[in-house]
Amino acid sequence: MEFRRTVEAAAAIWQREFIRYWRDKTRIISTIIQPLMFLIIFGTGLRSTLARGNFGLDFVQFMFPGIIAMSIMNVSFFSTISTVWNREFGFLKEILVAPISRISITLGKIFGAVTIASIQGFLLLILAPLLKIKLHPLNFPYLLLFMILVAFSLASLGLLIASLMKTTESFGLMMQLLIFPMFFISGAFFPLTSVPWWMRLLAAINPLSYGVDALRQILLRYQTSGEALKSVSLHPLAVNALFLLIFSTIIVMMGAIAFNKKN
Amino acid sequence: MEIIRVHNLVKKYDGLTAVDHISFSVKRGEIFGFLGPNGAGKTTTINILSTLLQPTEGEVYVNGFNVITQKNKVRKSIGLVFQDPSLDDRLTAEENLYFHARLYHVPHDEYQKRKEEVLRLVELWDRRKDLVKTFSGGMKRRLEIARGLIHHPAILFLDEPTLGLDPQTRSHLWSYILKLKEEKQMTIFMTTHYMNEAEYCDRLIIIDYGKIVAFDTPTNLKKAVGGDIIIMESPEPQKLKSELKQKYSLEAKEENGGITIEISNGKTFLPRLFDELETKVTSVSLREPTLDDVFLHLTGRKIRDEEASPLDRLRQHHFRRHR
Ligand SMILES: Nc1ncnc2c1ncn2[C@@H]1O[C@H](COP(=O)(O)OP(=O)(O)OP(=O)(O)O)[C@@H](O)[C@H]1O
Ligand SMILES: [Mg+2]
Repeated sequence: MEFRRTVEAAAAIWQREFIRYWRDKTRIISTIIQPLMFLIIFGTGLRSTLARGNFGLDFVQFMFPGIIAMSIMNVSFFSTISTVWNREFGFLKEILVAPISRISITLGKIFGAVTIASIQGFLLLILAPLLKIKLHPLNFPYLLLFMILVAFSLASLGLLIASLMKTTESFGLMMQLLIFPMFFISGAFFPLTSVPWWMRLLAAINPLSYGVDALRQILLRYQTSGEALKSVSLHPLAVNALFLLIFSTIIVMMGAIAFNKKN
Repeated sequence: MEIIRVHNLVKKYDGLTAVDHISFSVKRGEIFGFLGPNGAGKTTTINILSTLLQPTEGEVYVNGFNVITQKNKVRKSIGLVFQDPSLDDRLTAEENLYFHARLYHVPHDEYQKRKEEVLRLVELWDRRKDLVKTFSGGMKRRLEIARGLIHHPAILFLDEPTLGLDPQTRSHLWSYILKLKEEKQMTIFMTTHYMNEAEYCDRLIIIDYGKIVAFDTPTNLKKAVGGDIIIMESPEPQKLKSELKQKYSLEAKEENGGITIEISNGKTFLPRLFDELETKVTSVSLREPTLDDVFLHLTGRKIRDEEASPLDRLRQHHFRRHR
């Protein structure tokens, strides 16, 4: 009975997140256009200057998985910001005063963010053929799995931070200190195979680097030489999946505890 | 029959004591009011009673349940209309209600029935499919009340329910609230700034700086002021004051150029005063005491001195929302 109620309440919160996302068409479009612009400007710029020759991979193709991961990261974090946002705008109180377990709030929020982020990643994937990346049907389940794992770990992280923060300002600051380093040391722009030790260390605890690594290996595995792909990859897929899974599990529990304690 | 019992409740924020050792109980089925100026501790008290805030000290029972150890049972017993807006304005009116009903586990066919009932009650049935974004402030407020009712709470908490509404909507809303009390035998716990709204309460607490300064029925509180109030203007106020003192041993107060006296039976006293008074008087008015007078009497301050006008508050409200 208690379990059913938890699921029911989480489902209600999840559904609300989804409806809000779906109604906000401007947000959907802008979160597609922004990564694409990034890709076109950065990709084309770097392709024509730096990354010619010895790379063995087209630079736009190289960056595309990183851009998907970035987009997933943005959406996951943005959706959890809304927790803090709602605190200020009162709606969170409506949820907090309801006779539902705090865990159902945490889960509803996180699954809402995961759903939205995965849809967003999926929409970007559909654009892959434009970048001369063939989408092999067999790849879809793998890509989806990793998009969900990345979204799950980042949404949990966002909620953990949101529960620890008091104001939107401090949340914004934290995000700046987190989003940029996480993104730059994710392997999205340059391979992490031959960087200094400290950067490798940061990458090793950065969930995004595992996500980018996995998405790149899956997306490009049927269309580039194994050698070239291998030279930019960090871990086997299974290791990536395992890390993301463990990371998410730990963080989601910490997030639930922090949220529970705070409210 | 007590439905809320509060014993020695204290809430401290860092250095500030927002609620300072208050005790009271609320009877089932009554309209119970909390009246006080800005920062008196009204919202803090409601937040503790509704489990949103941990008390620093004291015991609180709502519908027989402890607000610290039986949070979920308390939450099931109450409906809340917050001081600050708490609707999701990207959802429709109906979706807001549906969301709420799911959080409170209202069975689906029950929900369908009650949705129509509460939406008709607040006259928003025709607008149920519209986004809340497109609602006026008064419509939002009415929708929040409808939402607070849909799970049939035993106690409805209203934190300044008519904040920012025009007088017409305000009195409309009050007729709903009174109807609810009649029809559903619901206990209503409300806070307000507006003295005239406090008059709807069966019993009421006047709170100031976190302390209870008075606790009674509105009628009794007004009696405590000492009867009717006569305000006179005169070119010779000092002479008038001393004459009043001499003849009737009345302590007159001087206020905004007027001379004010409190007298138990103003209507019969006035004609006598006219016959006997020697000092020249240019104008006289008589009125029954209001809760404003009660507050002044008890605290020596006017309740409105230290607060923004309702219009200012509404502006702040909008500012907060659209920032
Ligand atoms: N989260 C908080 N942290 C610190 N102080 C707080 C907090 N919330 C309220 N206070 C303080 O506690 C006191 C009581 O506030 P409360 O909101 O209960 O007043 P109120 O009676 O509801 O006033 P209003 O009529 O303005 O709504 C105020 O002095 C306020 O500044
Ligand atoms: Mg208040």
